[in-house]
Amino acid sequence: MPDIIEVSHLVKQYASVKAVDNISFKVSQGECFGMLGPNGAGKTTTVEIMEGITSASSGTIHYLGEPMGPRFRSEVGIQFQSTALQDFLTVRETLGLFRSFYPRGLSLEELAELCALGDIMDRDARKISGGQRQRVLLALALVNDPVLLFLDEPTTGLDPQARHNFWELVRNIKARGKTVILTTHYMEEAYLLCDRIIIMDHGHIIAKGRPAALLEQHFRGVVLQLPYEDFHPVRDSFAACYRHTGELVEITITDVNTAIATLLNHGISLARLQIRARTLEDLFLELTGRELRA
Amino acid sequence: MIRRFLAVLKARNLEFLRDRSALGWNIALPVFIVLGMWLVFSGNEKPIFKVAVFSGAAPLASLHNDFLSTRFIQFYSVSSIQPAIRKVEHDQSDMLLDLENPAHPRYWVNQSSPKGYILEKILQGEKDLRYTRQPVSGRAIRYVDWLIPGILGMNMMFSCLFGVGYVIVRYRKNGFLKRLNATPLHAFEFIAAQVTSRLILIMCITIAVYIGTDLLIGFYMSGSYLALLLVAILGATSMISLGLLVAARVSSEEFAGGLLNLLSWPMMFLSGVWFSLQGTHPWLQRTAEFLPLTQLLEGARAVMLDGAGVLQILPQLLALAGMTIVFLAVGAASFKWKND
Repeated sequence: MPDIIEVSHLVKQYASVKAVDNISFKVSQGECFGMLGPNGAGKTTTVEIMEGITSASSGTIHYLGEPMGPRFRSEVGIQFQSTALQDFLTVRETLGLFRSFYPRGLSLEELAELCALGDIMDRDARKISGGQRQRVLLALALVNDPVLLFLDEPTTGLDPQARHNFWELVRNIKARGKTVILTTHYMEEAYLLCDRIIIMDHGHIIAKGRPAALLEQHFRGVVLQLPYEDFHPVRDSFAACYRHTGELVEITITDVNTAIATLLNHGISLARLQIRARTLEDLFLELTGRELRA
Repeated sequence: MIRRFLAVLKARNLEFLRDRSALGWNIALPVFIVLGMWLVFSGNEKPIFKVAVFSGAAPLASLHNDFLSTRFIQFYSVSSIQPAIRKVEHDQSDMLLDLENPAHPRYWVNQSSPKGYILEKILQGEKDLRYTRQPVSGRAIRYVDWLIPGILGMNMMFSCLFGVGYVIVRYRKNGFLKRLNATPLHAFEFIAAQVTSRLILIMCITIAVYIGTDLLIGFYMSGSYLALLLVAILGATSMISLGLLVAARVSSEEFAGGLLNLLSWPMMFLSGVWFSLQGTHPWLQRTAEFLPLTQLLEGARAVMLDGAGVLQILPQLLALAGMTIVFLAVGAASFKWKND
């Protein structure tokens, strides 16, 4: 697939901080590209420069092989992290307002269908729930039937059910062949939706690739979880590979059989043992030594 | 381009019309003020007499005239006769004295004015000089007649400055402007729609209040309605543009409120809403000329009280158009979508 966006040596210097420090990457047509990192990693700054909302201190961005021109504005859709809508307008009127800014696009009926807005089209846009609101903002980003869709932390603050519903909508949009650029600090979201991701921290890219491949590349093992009170007699045997997460201890190992044998030899109860696969959260911790959502 | 402009215009109009409290306030406030003023001022004006004196080249202080030393009468000097006669006609002066030729002094009084009648009786009591009576007639203009354009203008000013200024600062602060900036909408289309929306609303409200108060109180209107409409539209446009200029970069409502107050208070007192600036320091009068509300009120009063037409108020119309262009150009050039 050809590249839809190419970012080269991008730098954004604010008065005292370098929010984005010389990063380069490409996004291919039709893929869902994830940008991960904790708050303050530089994701939003990077994505706003790509959207043409913020100017870069240096570096270039090419859209379909050319510097961004007026065409870009009418061919992309953007969902910001937080957007207020005009007061006293219904969802339908708000969509109509934005629809009129573009010469081409989807009809309001198609948008309602695509973003599951059927029952809230005539409601006051201020009087809807958080999940409904994110769906309206998604619909606004889709009014011009964009080639490229930016979603900046679209599910932050949503409850798990609303988040799963939103993911379903994004999958449908992907199925229509759109390129999606998604920033998030939910690793699960990136893992489920994204074809490729970059992980950012302090303005740098610290890892990039397919989510599964990244996990494969960095570690093969699994994580054993035990309550600390059960675990502490054997802690010296696992000194190099355990850490506390609240009441629990997480032991990262590659050889499950040996580890369980060791636990049993010490008479540790396995009644409350849990085994999980390693996630992008673990990867982030491994790469930076810090919790992602700290 | 027109489509985008019309869409923003329609959305803004809907927003305003559905905001019942704002709409109700905009209609109720000026009616209350006019009614209040009418109650206060009808019938019992303060017993101070105002006499204009024309003395040719000689300064007023150098004249030896017993009448000029009468207490409780404010004497002020005028430099020509004709405009001063018109003031007597409109009851803005109670009497005009012409002392240029000390041997043949003349005076003008409005036959329908009770104050003119009393002053005339005092003057006739003077023994040393025979004054020649020059009666004028004319419908007496009450203070409330003079005040109506001021009140309407002041209400327009507040609505123009705060209406458009606060809305844009709020849009910027909550990120709505940033969202609009991510669409093909141009700053000029957005600004033009905001100005037009405010202008339509303000003109509708002002016309409604004008008709309403005229039915209630019945005030003086002697000139051309076309000229009045023109000066009102240009005045409103210039003040909306001034509000936009203030709101072009600011993203704090408190700061914007401070700036708008900084503009509106001087205008309220220096533009002649409540009292005429005649007799104040010339420097103050020159400064006031740069305020759009001053130009609007000068134009509106010339039309309503002196019967002026479009041509007579051309200087005011041009001044307002000039201010509009400057405010809009600077406002659009410095317009910021984002809240830093």
